[in-house]
Amino acid sequence: MSWALPLPVVVPLIAAAVLVATGAILPRRVQDAIGIAAAATATGFALLILAASERHDVLHWFGGWHPHAGLALGISFTADPLGAGMAALACGLDLLVLVYSWTYMRRQSQTFDVLILALGGAMAGFALTGDIFNMFVWFELMGVSAYALAGFMVEELGPLQGAINFAVTNTVGAYMVLMGIALLYARTDALNLAQIGRVLGHRPADRLVIVAFALIVTGLMVRAAIVPFHFWLADAHAASPAPVCALLSGAMVELGIFFIARVYWTAFAAPLHAHASGVRDVLVGLGVATALIGALMCLLQRQLKRLLAYSTISQAGTMLAGIALLDPRSLAGVANLVLAHGLLKGGLFLLCGVILVELRHIDELRVYGAGRRLPWAGVLWLLGTLGLVGLPPLGVFLAQQLLYEGGREHGFGWLAVVGAVASGVCAGAMLRAGARIFLGWGAREDELLSPEPDEHAPERDVSGRPLGIVAGIAIVLGLAASVVPGIEARTELAAERFADTSAYRAAVLHGAAHGDAAAHVSFSLLGVDTASALYGLGALAIAAATAAFGLWHRRLPPRILSAGARTLGPPVTVIRLAHSGIVGDYLLWLSGGALAVAAIWALTL
Amino acid sequence: MTILVYAVVAWVFAIGIYGAIVSRNLIHLALCLTVTQSSTYILLLAIGYKHGAGAPIFEDVKLGTAAVDPVVQSLTLTDVVVSVTVIALILALALDVHRQSDSIDPDEISTLNR
Repeated sequence: MSWALPLPVVVPLIAAAVLVATGAILPRRVQDAIGIAAAATATGFALLILAASERHDVLHWFGGWHPHAGLALGISFTADPLGAGMAALACGLDLLVLVYSWTYMRRQSQTFDVLILALGGAMAGFALTGDIFNMFVWFELMGVSAYALAGFMVEELGPLQGAINFAVTNTVGAYMVLMGIALLYARTDALNLAQIGRVLGHRPADRLVIVAFALIVTGLMVRAAIVPFHFWLADAHAASPAPVCALLSGAMVELGIFFIARVYWTAFAAPLHAHASGVRDVLVGLGVATALIGALMCLLQRQLKRLLAYSTISQAGTMLAGIALLDPRSLAGVANLVLAHGLLKGGLFLLCGVILVELRHIDELRVYGAGRRLPWAGVLWLLGTLGLVGLPPLGVFLAQQLLYEGGREHGFGWLAVVGAVASGVCAGAMLRAGARIFLGWGAREDELLSPEPDEHAPERDVSGRPLGIVAGIAIVLGLAASVVPGIEARTELAAERFADTSAYRAAVLHGAAHGDAAAHVSFSLLGVDTASALYGLGALAIAAATAAFGLWHRRLPPRILSAGARTLGPPVTVIRLAHSGIVGDYLLWLSGGALAVAAIWALTL
Repeated sequence: MTILVYAVVAWVFAIGIYGAIVSRNLIHLALCLTVTQSSTYILLLAIGYKHGAGAPIFEDVKLGTAAVDPVVQSLTLTDVVVSVTVIALILALALDVHRQSDSIDPDEISTLNR
């Protein structure tokens, strides 16, 4: 399979170049077909690589620069099941988005397909690479295509503002990653992750290594939308086309989280071993803050895409907390969360596009009750929401069960409560919006929600039904992600291999076969743990209560309402005002946050 | 000597970020980002620098002649290429912002109002 490893990257990138070159010659439909064929090929190869990597890691050395006597000079792609799975998810979402855009983006220029393909190829490269500078290049390519896509509707101010905030903050994040890479290279003379890990060895990390770690992780956290680096995400999502949101939320943000885990386990696990609890505490703290602030902001939105964007931030926080536990079981939970959440959230964003096409707005108060004529879209919205809250045993349930178990092992059992509250509140906001739009329940006005400029809908002749089918496919796949037979055992094995630093190193540097246990994996069904099921049902109850409060809070006795406004009003206002939409503010938060993380680690580790 | 180089790196990075934070003009903001980026060049080149060594060109030189590290130089080149794309994109967005609103002040274009 080694020969096929670059294909999920190469095929979309070549197709993108072909589309640019033939832009004036070929008719639009032929171009779209080329794009879809390229994305389908990339997805197919990514799935084949995933299947092959189940038995052992798949390696590809570019230009035949194999390591010599354990010394790697060349650039490698290294596919283990989690990396290949990330690539397959990114390519699959890319394919769905291109199919969706066949009608949704019909009037826009062919540049859209080119950028989507470039983003897809870059995401696959990012997931598969085994070289840290190569990672930086994919990080930037992914960024540039995403910035351009976020600002695609250049005739409006909202997308431009979102794209600028996105581009500026993420560029500064990329410079921090690059500085971290430079410091690591200064210490180890290596860019290959396995080689870096070997040179760093088991010696306890000194200040230089700790600062390099802090710079790389902080830069990645900008892309992963972790508080206080998260501000760009909502602005970039609120105004960009629905299919772009599906890609950004479904795969790109998660790739930032993925590489934090990758770089920790390949390079830093041994030198930071003695300080694991210091690393864990900071990252768990940031993850919890992200999960809760994302959920609170999600509750305050009425524009569906911004609402879903804050739910993505909240989930990213849960993922970071899972990674931060630094054990394979939680890592398996995160991998399942990325899969289920990516498909569900991608599907929900595509559904936002359907609502925009059919109802002309995506503001829950403007389209109040108008969704009654689209019952199927309402059902899909409900299914997506139930999947995201982790209704046993669907959607993200398996992920949450694994995360709860991982958290309990490390004395972080309370993380389960935080997770249930965060996902419950987000789902409550989504249920409330769905009930207003598709059922016409609740008040027509809601002074708690943030007003939002309106988005121009695509042309009237676009039909919502075929778009709804694409969204439905993603949502149903996401719901089923927990109940695929054998997926639990497979991700746990994959996570154990991911975290097995020395075996990874031997596989990359010495070509040793890494992992062959997949042959013994059964196709067992998901065993539902009672405590996790209770947490899932608890989150659902929180969601129902939140939705009911959102719809009918005016009916509460005035005394309770004013008391609530007095106590909760000021902190909520402060958090809301921090999301100012002004890029200078965001940079101030970013640099302050980065400085704080680096200082805490440099002084305490 | 080395401490001085790292101090310069930190200083250039910090003034670039400071300029971007207080910027009231998107073109100025893009230029501040290039200043920030220059600090990464200085860091990379300083890491590969070797006192008394020549350029890493190995034609007509004796084997074993000292040369500065060519890897960081190619990293710097890659960084230049990648970042030029980003800056060009930000400038293009600034142009579109000016077309839409007759302003390139990032504080004024905020359409959000929460």
